[in-house]
Amino acid sequence: MSDWIDICALDDLQPDSGVCALAHGKQVALFFMPKEDRVYAVGNYDPFGQANVLSRGMIGDIDGQPMVASPLYKQHFNLQTGVCFEDDSVRIETYEVRLDNGRVAIKIAG
Amino acid sequence: MSHKQILAVIGNGMVGQNFLAGLVKSGAAERFEIVTFCEEPRPAYDRVHLSDYFSGKNAEDLSLVEAGFFQDNGITLYLGDKAVAIDRINKQVTSAQGRVVAYDKLVLATGSYPFVPPVPGHDRAQCLVYRTIEDLEAMTAAARQAKIGVVVGGGLLGLEAAKALTDLGLETHVIEFAPRLMAVQLDDGGGAMLRHKIEALGVNVHLNKNTTLIDDGEHCLHKMNFADGEKLETDIILFSAGIRPRDDLAKASGLAVGPRGGIVIDNQCRTSDADIYAIGECALWNNQIFGLVAPGYAMARTVVAELEGAAGSFTGADMSTKLKLMGVDVASIGDTHAKTPGALVYTYQNGASEIYKRLVVSADKKRLLGAVLVGEASGYGTLLQYCLNGIELPENPDALILPHRSDESVGLGADALPLSAQICSCHDVSKASICSAIEAGCNSLPALKTGTKAGTGCGGCVPLLKAVMDSELAKLGIEVSTDICEHFPHTRQDLYNLVMIGEIRTFDALLERHGRGRGCEVCKQAAGSILASYWNEYILKQEHIGLQDTNDTFLANMQKDGTYSIVPRVTGGEIKPDMLIALGRVAKKYGLYTKITGGQRVDLFGARVNQLPLIWQELIDAGFESGHAYGKSLRTVKSCVGNTWCRYGVDDSVGLAVELENRYKGLRAPHKIKFAVSGCTRECAEAQGKDIGVIATEGGWNLYVCGNGGMKPRHADLFATRLDKETLIKYIDRILIFYVRTADRMQRTAVWMENMEGGLDYLKAVVIEDRLGIGAQLEQHMQHIIDTYQCEWKTTIADENKLKRFRHFINSDDTDDNVVFVQERGQIRPANEQERKHFKLTEVA
Repeated sequence: MSDWIDICALDDLQPDSGVCALAHGKQVALFFMPKEDRVYAVGNYDPFGQANVLSRGMIGDIDGQPMVASPLYKQHFNLQTGVCFEDDSVRIETYEVRLDNGRVAIKIAG
Repeated sequence: MSHKQILAVIGNGMVGQNFLAGLVKSGAAERFEIVTFCEEPRPAYDRVHLSDYFSGKNAEDLSLVEAGFFQDNGITLYLGDKAVAIDRINKQVTSAQGRVVAYDKLVLATGSYPFVPPVPGHDRAQCLVYRTIEDLEAMTAAARQAKIGVVVGGGLLGLEAAKALTDLGLETHVIEFAPRLMAVQLDDGGGAMLRHKIEALGVNVHLNKNTTLIDDGEHCLHKMNFADGEKLETDIILFSAGIRPRDDLAKASGLAVGPRGGIVIDNQCRTSDADIYAIGECALWNNQIFGLVAPGYAMARTVVAELEGAAGSFTGADMSTKLKLMGVDVASIGDTHAKTPGALVYTYQNGASEIYKRLVVSADKKRLLGAVLVGEASGYGTLLQYCLNGIELPENPDALILPHRSDESVGLGADALPLSAQICSCHDVSKASICSAIEAGCNSLPALKTGTKAGTGCGGCVPLLKAVMDSELAKLGIEVSTDICEHFPHTRQDLYNLVMIGEIRTFDALLERHGRGRGCEVCKQAAGSILASYWNEYILKQEHIGLQDTNDTFLANMQKDGTYSIVPRVTGGEIKPDMLIALGRVAKKYGLYTKITGGQRVDLFGARVNQLPLIWQELIDAGFESGHAYGKSLRTVKSCVGNTWCRYGVDDSVGLAVELENRYKGLRAPHKIKFAVSGCTRECAEAQGKDIGVIATEGGWNLYVCGNGGMKPRHADLFATRLDKETLIKYIDRILIFYVRTADRMQRTAVWMENMEGGLDYLKAVVIEDRLGIGAQLEQHMQHIIDTYQCEWKTTIADENKLKRFRHFINSDDTDDNVVFVQERGQIRPANEQERKHFKLTEVA
């Protein structure tokens, strides 16, 4: 069963960068790309570096696919699918995001 | 078991050592038990660069022997023991210390000795020669009580010796018997230009001078009397009037020697005894002695081939040379004196720029026979290829020496060279071997240099090497993309220029005008660094935040578990006890792991992101500021304690280090930059392993550039000597900004230097001679950076908005439960995976 959880105001996010949120005890990395008015949500845990750091990675795109680069060992993860560009057997969690009335909510299993 | 033959080598100079190294590499060494005699107290060193000894290099720097070479390859070396007799009947060599070594094969590499003209008085005290490190030591000792020095001989070595005398601070004179300098290599016009340039550097040149007597001086130790009645007083006399082969040992054992000396050899470098070879300056081939190192190496290769059982032969050598004499480029190729019948001569003389060039071509104007270049020798590589390979000249050969003012290229295209063309003469690398290395995947200059050794000797062939590489890659259809990433079809250097010319202040503007897509961590960081080093705005300004990697975003260094380490600035490694106590107090309060860094600072580990502002508030209150350990920027200026305390120090290294660190702190660059300042040549600060190294000498500061420790260590290059502080700082300003503007992303200064066309000489031309006319601009740029410096932590602490980011969760005050520390040696460290699991279990229970 998944719920929509209200996280924070859109203004609390960092344009073109990331922050970390706590939702149902899980660490979620949120990335705000203001030019396309999109927020992506993925797991904050870096499976390679084994640390909760992905929200502090840099974002951009690879061949048009939105991505975050791990700040530890620089692997890239697709922000839409969670799949690692360097090793497609590795995938991080992705979450649906809803922007409503200046608030950010994500859908996450309780 | 096969019985090994004994191979004895007499002489461990440059050629003797080159022979041994070649033998080891060939594998033939395994068939021999090798014994070598070296009369000097140290094994082979670089005599060609002997004068570097006076500009900061020591005997070790000049060594040509890799550590452990003799032991690792089972070669017996008798150091400081001279071979004194060869018994060819019993096949034995006897040494001065009484050793008797039997041989099956013998190689003579006894070299040459400096010729001292038999002028009455030539054997007075302080009449010296210039060949060994011991000679240099004698010179240095003599120079302490001397004001004036004279070199007898205006040839290549004589001018090197004159440089050494000026480096020692003496008034220097050169006495030459012939009517011009470098009489063998240059014609009158070239010699005159060289004389003019050398005199401008403060050396007095006296031509057509025949010394007849040396006796007591009135003001100096000696008085030199010349045949024309003139006299010159001096304290030191250095004889550099040519070399003579050391053939006494060979002669005494009955080997054939030439009428004017030299051990006679054939095309296989065999002497008149089939079991004895002679190589290098002691050997006489076809009635010629070769006084250069390259032909000696060619002879060494021939003997290695012989012993290997392969066919090798020495059939003479090209005596062309290109060198820098006291900073003046001089090159000489082939028949410089136009002795070939029917030869035609072209000359170009530019008095204003002090350039002289001469071409000697065949009567039909099709072949280049010789050339002389003084003042500007960049065409040497091309001309040498024309000459050596008999390549047909262009219709107007003078185009090769006339300055080209239009876009037309007059250089020799790499395609015109035959595969057999020797590209690198130092390591004898042909175009064919370069082409096969490229086919095998070496598609960059550094890879090619490592793969073939080409361009790693004197470096003179690097432009040609690059031309060959570019042309071969094009033929193979390999396109080497220099684009920084998929979002910009540009190099970092291009982006820098675009920012500068377009006055671009944000990444968004740069992307919009010159790029595509959303960008990535590669181009964003590069742009962030470029914008910071050009405009020097606060890096956490809203529009720049997304360009910083996590270290810059949180102004600290992320560690493996996601916590950060903190390094406050400790300028020059100098710290007051109270500051040290404050560091300890903060570390203790927040339970941080502390370690001393290699850059003489203190690193505090294990800070959670939310603790960073709290810790920094306390550090700032205690008087600290950001150390920029998180940035691609100036890190530290390491120093030794200098003459304020040290018995040996000659200048205040700590004072200079503090001043330099305060001047350049905060400068953002393509990569981190490290400095060091040593107070004397003992070099306790290890300045020669730094991007910028400064060493105090009696005469001023010596500046070293582009050194590196780390994965690929590189000794820094000596850039300038005896500088006053003002000039030193001017040079460093210019070098650093030139690096910031022209390096690739993530390129340390060492690699930047290795990839720079023209290398050290080019950098000197840009910085010291201001060849590009941008010196003042570079200094202004640096001044802007200095004027706009801010401690990023002070700015951040003062801004409520910025502090909002320093928490683990945007929606909770919890901390990251994955960060777990355990104790080790009385301090914390991150828990490993197993310890973390155990911790979680006990916590839940």
